[in-house]
Amino acid sequence: MSNIRYSEDHEWITVDGDIGTVGISNFAQEQLGDVVFVELPDIGKTVSQDTEAAVVESVKAASEIYAPVTGDVVEVNEALVDEPGAVNGDPLGGGWFFKIKLADPAQLDALMDEAAYLEFVKQQG
Amino acid sequence: MTQAQNAALETTPLNDLHVSLGAKMVPFAGYAMPVQYKLGVLKEHLHTRAAAGLFDVSHMGQVALRGDGVAAALESLVPGDMQGLAPGRMRYTMFTNDRGGILDDLIVTNAGDHYAVVVNAACKTEDIAHLRAGLPGGIDVEVLEDRALIALQGPRAAAVLQRHVDAKLDAMPFMTAVQAAVKGVDCGLTRSGYTGEDGFEISVPSEHAAALAAALLEETDVEAIGLGARDSLRLEAGLCLYGHDIDATTTPVEAALTWSIGKRRREEGGFPGDAVVRRQLRDGVDRVRVGLRPDDRTPAREGARLTDDAGADIGVVTSGGFGPTVGGPVAMGYVQTQYSEIGTAVTAIVRGRPLRERIVKMPFVPANYFRG
Repeated sequence: MSNIRYSEDHEWITVDGDIGTVGISNFAQEQLGDVVFVELPDIGKTVSQDTEAAVVESVKAASEIYAPVTGDVVEVNEALVDEPGAVNGDPLGGGWFFKIKLADPAQLDALMDEAAYLEFVKQQG
Repeated sequence: MTQAQNAALETTPLNDLHVSLGAKMVPFAGYAMPVQYKLGVLKEHLHTRAAAGLFDVSHMGQVALRGDGVAAALESLVPGDMQGLAPGRMRYTMFTNDRGGILDDLIVTNAGDHYAVVVNAACKTEDIAHLRAGLPGGIDVEVLEDRALIALQGPRAAAVLQRHVDAKLDAMPFMTAVQAAVKGVDCGLTRSGYTGEDGFEISVPSEHAAALAAALLEETDVEAIGLGARDSLRLEAGLCLYGHDIDATTTPVEAALTWSIGKRRREEGGFPGDAVVRRQLRDGVDRVRVGLRPDDRTPAREGARLTDDAGADIGVVTSGGFGPTVGGPVAMGYVQTQYSEIGTAVTAIVRGRPLRERIVKMPFVPANYFRG
C-alpha cells in the first residue's frame, strides 16, 4: 500500500485510477476501542472533503468518519454491518468503509504519506 | 489528559497498580481512574459476566454513622426503611429533596455497631455536608478517608474470594454484610455490586488495598475491569447512573425505584419530598424510566430525543450504548407514562434520523445474584 495517504482525522485512502478506498487508521481503531456498529453513507451520495461521511460506534462513543477527499460514494463495505469488528481486526484491509470517485485528485497531495502520518501520530501521543 | 488536569486529580490507593497494568487513566469525579485496561471495554465486560472482574471503586464515598437512633434519624433524609434493616443487611435508597427529586443514590448497611453508607464519588462532598446538616447532633458522621473499596464481580467471584477470606461466603446472600479477615486484614465485606452479577465489595484499609487487589488479580479467573465496562455492565443490569438516569429533577417514582420504598415509609412519609412521592404513588406519574431496544443495530445514546409517530417529543434517552452480553444496543430513558407499556413502539432521533425503538423490560440480562 505504497500509495496510502492519511488525513489528520486519521482516515486513510488508497487510490486506484479515480476511485479511492477509505478507512480509518490502526491508531484510530486503537483509540476508538471495540467497534460495535458502523453507519455507512448511501451509494451515490456526494461527500465533501473533511465532512462527515460515515459514523462508527465503539463501546465508548459514536465518532464521525470524515471524507479525506471530495467525491461521490460508489461502493460501501456492507460486510461491516454484520462484522463491525473488522474495523479493529483489519483496519487497513477488510475494515474499509467506502469507495469514492474522486472529484479532484489534487486533494490527495495535501494528505500525509505513511511516514508523515506515523510522525503525526507520534506527536499526538 | 493534560498535565494540569493530572495535577488537580486525586488518586486512589490502587493508582500505581492501574498504571502498572497498562490502564488508560481518565479524570472521573475528580479522580484519576482507569477507564479500561489492555483487554479493552468489550472483553472486560464479557469476562466479568463469564468469570470475575476486579474494580477499583475507591473514589466512592464511605461514611460511618454512629449514635443512638441513627436509623430513625437517617429516615429523615431517605425514603428507604432504615429502622427495619436488620444487622448485617444492606439496602439501596436515595437522598431526596423537598420536591422528591434525587440528590444521590446510596447503599446503607446495618453494620451492627454503626451504619455504613456508600455514596457516589461525584456527590460525596455534598452528601457528607447533607448528612452533617440533616442528622441530629448526637449522630457522629465519620468519613472513612483511609479506606479503599474494591469490587469483585462475576459468577466466579465467590469461589475466588473464598480462598482469601475467613467468612463462609455460602452463608452470605446478596445484600448482606460481615466484618471479615481478607488476607488477614480486617475488612468490611458486602455481597453487592453494580453489574447485575453475584459479587462483593471489600472496604479495606488503604495501606493494604494494593496487596489485596494484586493477590486477587493473580487468580486466573480475575481480570482488572475499568469504568468503561462498569458502565456497560450496569446499563445491561438496568441500574441507574446518578447524574444521568436520576438527578434532582427525577423522583424515585418516576425513576421506577418505588421498590426501594418500604410499605411503612409509603404510609408514614417523613422524608424530604414525601408529599410529592406519596401523591405520585397514589395518582401515578406523567413520565417514567423505561428500557429501550432498537429494531436495528444503531445505538441511541444519552440525550437522544424520543418522539411519537407524529414527531412530538415524548421523552429522552438517559443512558445508551452497546450491550456486549445482549449483543446489541440497549438504552434507558424517560417516556410519558402512556408510552411506557412493554412492547410500545417509539422513535429515537439519532443523528437527525428517526430510529424505531421498543419499550422493553429491564434488566436487559437476567440478574445473577446469590440468594442463598
